[in-house]
Amino acid sequence: MDDREKLNRLRWRCTRRAMLEMDLLLGEFLERVYPTLSPAQADAFVTMADMEDLELWPLVNGQREPDDPVQAEVLSLLRNVRVK
Amino acid sequence: MSKLSVPVRKFDAVIVGAGGSGLRAAIQLSEAGLKTAVLSKVFPTRSHTVAAQGGVSASLGNSEEDHWHWHMYDTVKGSDWLGDQDAIEYMCRKAPEVVVELEHFGMPFDRTDEGKIYQRPFGGHMSNFGEKPVRRACAAADRTGHAMLHALYQRNVRANTQFFVEWMALDLIRDQSGQVLGVIALEMETGEVVAFHSKATVFATGGAGRIYYSSTNAFINTGDGLGMAARAGIALEDMEFWQFHPTGVAGAGVLITEGVRGEGGILRNSTNERFMERYAPNAKDLASRDVVSRAMVTEINEGRGCGPNKDFVLLDITHLDPATIMKRLPGIREISIQFAGIDPIKAPIPVVPTCHYQMGGVPTNYKGQVVGDDAAPIRGFYAAGEVACASVHGANRLGTNSLLDLLVFGKASGDTVIDDLRSGEIGLKELPADYADRTLARLHRLNTQTGGASVNECRLELQRTMQKHCGVFRFKDMLVEGVAKIVEVEKAVAQTEIKDKSQVWNTARVEALELDNLIEVAKATMVSAEARKESRGAHVRDDAPDTPANPNGRDDLNWHKHTLWHRDGSRLSYKPVIMKPLSVETIALKTRSY
Repeated sequence: MDDREKLNRLRWRCTRRAMLEMDLLLGEFLERVYPTLSPAQADAFVTMADMEDLELWPLVNGQREPDDPVQAEVLSLLRNVRVK
Repeated sequence: MSKLSVPVRKFDAVIVGAGGSGLRAAIQLSEAGLKTAVLSKVFPTRSHTVAAQGGVSASLGNSEEDHWHWHMYDTVKGSDWLGDQDAIEYMCRKAPEVVVELEHFGMPFDRTDEGKIYQRPFGGHMSNFGEKPVRRACAAADRTGHAMLHALYQRNVRANTQFFVEWMALDLIRDQSGQVLGVIALEMETGEVVAFHSKATVFATGGAGRIYYSSTNAFINTGDGLGMAARAGIALEDMEFWQFHPTGVAGAGVLITEGVRGEGGILRNSTNERFMERYAPNAKDLASRDVVSRAMVTEINEGRGCGPNKDFVLLDITHLDPATIMKRLPGIREISIQFAGIDPIKAPIPVVPTCHYQMGGVPTNYKGQVVGDDAAPIRGFYAAGEVACASVHGANRLGTNSLLDLLVFGKASGDTVIDDLRSGEIGLKELPADYADRTLARLHRLNTQTGGASVNECRLELQRTMQKHCGVFRFKDMLVEGVAKIVEVEKAVAQTEIKDKSQVWNTARVEALELDNLIEVAKATMVSAEARKESRGAHVRDDAPDTPANPNGRDDLNWHKHTLWHRDGSRLSYKPVIMKPLSVETIALKTRSY
């Protein structure tokens, strides 16, 4: 898979989710923040995008903290996303 | 006559959609030993069923006396007497059975101290034919939909259901006689177009809430089943009926729970007035959903909306103690910050009435068979869940009946497929020569279009038109204008252009194909709503007010009937509401009041 294909697959998995909240947040993150991530952070984001919404939602709204330090970095960026 | 062909795969049954109803239907079919394919745009447990938190209703009577007949009464009344009473009886009678079955599939329901399924009260659930509230809702904390999907998915894995994940169905295949012989579908990973040739086709594609600008629905809800059915010449039923929630975050659509007003939240207009005092002097901000939604729209229409475009009102909790907000309304602060860009402790939240649930859909009977205009089943075609209109929700859905609908009619459609196969009613007929032509022509048009409109702009225009002209509170002139506008949008949609022409993971193409479905639903909704000159359930018109002759604006003499929208010529016809239940007496028409 080339980069365009990988990015499109990720875009689909960020914007066709179970919950509207996650479509909005991950979609916005993908467009604005994802291009600025380090390779390790980008990998962590792909892993997080593969989580189910009810696993990811408590992480995003601060009810839970991740074990993985790179995921924690990505999460702090994700928590700062504002959908307007 | 062209004879374009695509690869063909053969199945006993193909199910489109892997939310609650699709998975429930698949269990019946796979466990009966049928070769069953389930197509889904996403991994099954990412379906929008996850977002259903409230619960599933069944008159188990675990906490106090209850009866399916009382549940039936509540559902008929909730539907504003537009629901078909045979289907409603069937659903309410079957509810305890399908809920207990789900428990046996491993669903982690909340329990009472004695280990029974715990049941809680819910709006509109009453005992003894509307007398007093009853505890009927079964839940798994606030993740009922999620838990249900997982239980159903695991059961399917055990039954060897074959899943086709990240596939989008594009069109129905019908032969000359009208029999449905499967679907044409697109695999996103390869861009390959394949015919799923089957004896039975079950639509479980969910709703189309994305036709509205402000919607609580996830992006996936683009009404794919409705678009496919309409293009294949099948009428859509009661599409004017959409349930709205009063408080979605303006712009984003994310739901702000009723609990915010329950804790003392106040709705204000641009003059900072607590306007609900004028509309509902007693209940004020806690009046019922429809009353609050209509008041909000009236404020906006009369120029007292907020923001640069005066297109929302404010939900104010700044007067509440921040500690109360954090304790009693967890998550609301985060939602407001992330989706409205404001901290509700310091500033009010911009809100608008937001589309939530589609009552209409592909017409079915209570067995899950899709029916034609003459009420006769269309051979080989079945539907269940939000895409279908059985009709159990009529003009307005009762809370927790959506998850019940998935279970009951998912199962019923599976059972009916099995019966129809055994009786020889359906079988694998030969594909017509032109089975792929229409789909390939649509794809070819998209691949070669130049100078066309952008998919995003068309979708936005469609959503804004629906929101403005056919929202929660409807006005004659706006509807008439809306019909003309949506026809204009349709012309642009027919000429969308995508820049990316590649095969593999072309999400631009998929979004253009989704838009082809949204436009069918939008047109059906606008045209059906313009024509229905009464208020009933969720369809509320300014020019059909509450009078002694027509309480709540409901005109049974002229409008106690189902709408059927036909894509061909955007024509409407009507059919009677089924008032005769299967075994009990008709629940006679009466004014709906709570």
